[in-house]
Amino acid sequence: MAFHDKASTGAAVYNDKVVRQFALATVFWGVVGMLVGVIIAAQLTWPALNLGIEWLSYGRLRPLHTNAVIFAFGGCGLFAASYYVVQRTSQVRLFSDGLAAFTFWGWQLVIVLAAITLPMGMTQGKEYAELEWPIDILIALVWVAYAIVFFGTIGLRKVRHIYVANWFFGAFILAVALLHIVNSAALPVSLGKSYSAYAGVQDAMVQWWYGHNAVGFFLTAGFLGMMYYFIPKQAERPVYSYRLSIVHFWALIFTYMWAGPHHLHYTALPDWAQSVGMVFSLILLAPSWGGMINGIMTLSGAWHKLRDDPILRFLIVSLSFYGMSTFEGPMMSIKTVNALSHYTDWTVGHVHSGALGWVGLVTMGSMYYLIPRLYGQKKMYSVPAIELHFWISTIGIVLYIAAMWIAGVMQGLMWRAVNPDGSLTYTFVESVKATFPFYVIRLAGGVLYLGGMCVMLWNTVMTARSGRVDPVQIPTAQAAHA
Amino acid sequence: MDVLYLLIPLSVLIVFGVIGVFWWALQSGQFDHVDREGERILHDE
Repeated sequence: MAFHDKASTGAAVYNDKVVRQFALATVFWGVVGMLVGVIIAAQLTWPALNLGIEWLSYGRLRPLHTNAVIFAFGGCGLFAASYYVVQRTSQVRLFSDGLAAFTFWGWQLVIVLAAITLPMGMTQGKEYAELEWPIDILIALVWVAYAIVFFGTIGLRKVRHIYVANWFFGAFILAVALLHIVNSAALPVSLGKSYSAYAGVQDAMVQWWYGHNAVGFFLTAGFLGMMYYFIPKQAERPVYSYRLSIVHFWALIFTYMWAGPHHLHYTALPDWAQSVGMVFSLILLAPSWGGMINGIMTLSGAWHKLRDDPILRFLIVSLSFYGMSTFEGPMMSIKTVNALSHYTDWTVGHVHSGALGWVGLVTMGSMYYLIPRLYGQKKMYSVPAIELHFWISTIGIVLYIAAMWIAGVMQGLMWRAVNPDGSLTYTFVESVKATFPFYVIRLAGGVLYLGGMCVMLWNTVMTARSGRVDPVQIPTAQAAHA
Repeated sequence: MDVLYLLIPLSVLIVFGVIGVFWWALQSGQFDHVDREGERILHDE
């Protein structure tokens, strides 16, 4: 794959082809994943929309939605950002074009296989790890290749210092490899069916060690890496406190590993394990807010830029939602709070505050920075469209989470209400009926968010069509430690 | 809770790994001249 690694002048150029492929895939899968989300939200509101067809039933489409938004949309965004950032900050081309291309096509194959097997009902039944064992093996192969490309590029770097974003990307890559391999351990009995290597509450513990670390390393560390490069670049200011970025990085990666048990409060998991999860989740508030403050304060002295720059707005508002979610999470990890919130829609509201608010908006802002530059432009085809996207997404998020908060607390209170004689006040179905209007509002919020993503898809296509792919030369003769 | 026989040794190994990487970073000067490093990315293109 060496024939594109030199410009016509013979100077070395970056491999932006794979970055471009992943960036386009991010926007495309975003629309797909959010569309499935809207479909299942509609099905929860009006169950008749299951249509009696098993391939379109809520139970099978839900994991398709979660996998598509986390791994297809989020995953492609992380691949695009990390491949772009590691090259630019190391001032060297990717370690291996062949392996990078394999990660792109391999990852797209994983996504397509998910889209086929999940509606067919093939599932390991583990949240965010539903894909059956052959696809798990493919994921592991792609991930090993990703690690080789990423760390190989770091190894070849011309700049001695490893920029903080790369530490976050590196931790994300290594942690996800470990989590995936341990949690997906299974005994296959046929091509489409396997049994977990773990059983009962042991399996639950491993699953939520995986699940919470998937949030902490895939959805947090990875996207903090994105944030730490694209906010300074878009704001044209350095990170507020580089020292803080290093400190909160180490604190974050150490603490996140122990928070998993907060998913298992008041279950068969031993009490002491639940307490460990609760305590570490509370401690986690500090390093998380360190990151949020650092990112937002990068605008110190440049707040006026938020007035005119919708991309910066995406990035900064994403951090506000990050701060909200990393406060809400520790609160919900407190056992007494969890006794109310667990199994309610408050959990769904919390997830989507983090997913739509933090992950979604930071990915959108970063892709809006990246995509024009990948086509030789300074700006997207339409900046007003970015504005529109920002506003309808933000309104969509607020409708979504407010509806879910109210529904969740209501459900928790209804389920625990007892009459003077000790009997339950409400039947379960009464709580379902009471939730209906909030499902309608949530659906409206989700439709707005999907609408915003469609605007982005249009803008991306127009930018690509009116742009030009020009190889970017790698700066030469940069002192290794200036 | 037998799975702890897996999770705890694994976590301890990970902690050692993390300390090892931190030690390498410290020794190889990753934390020197930190004030300049934040600025550097603004000049790389």
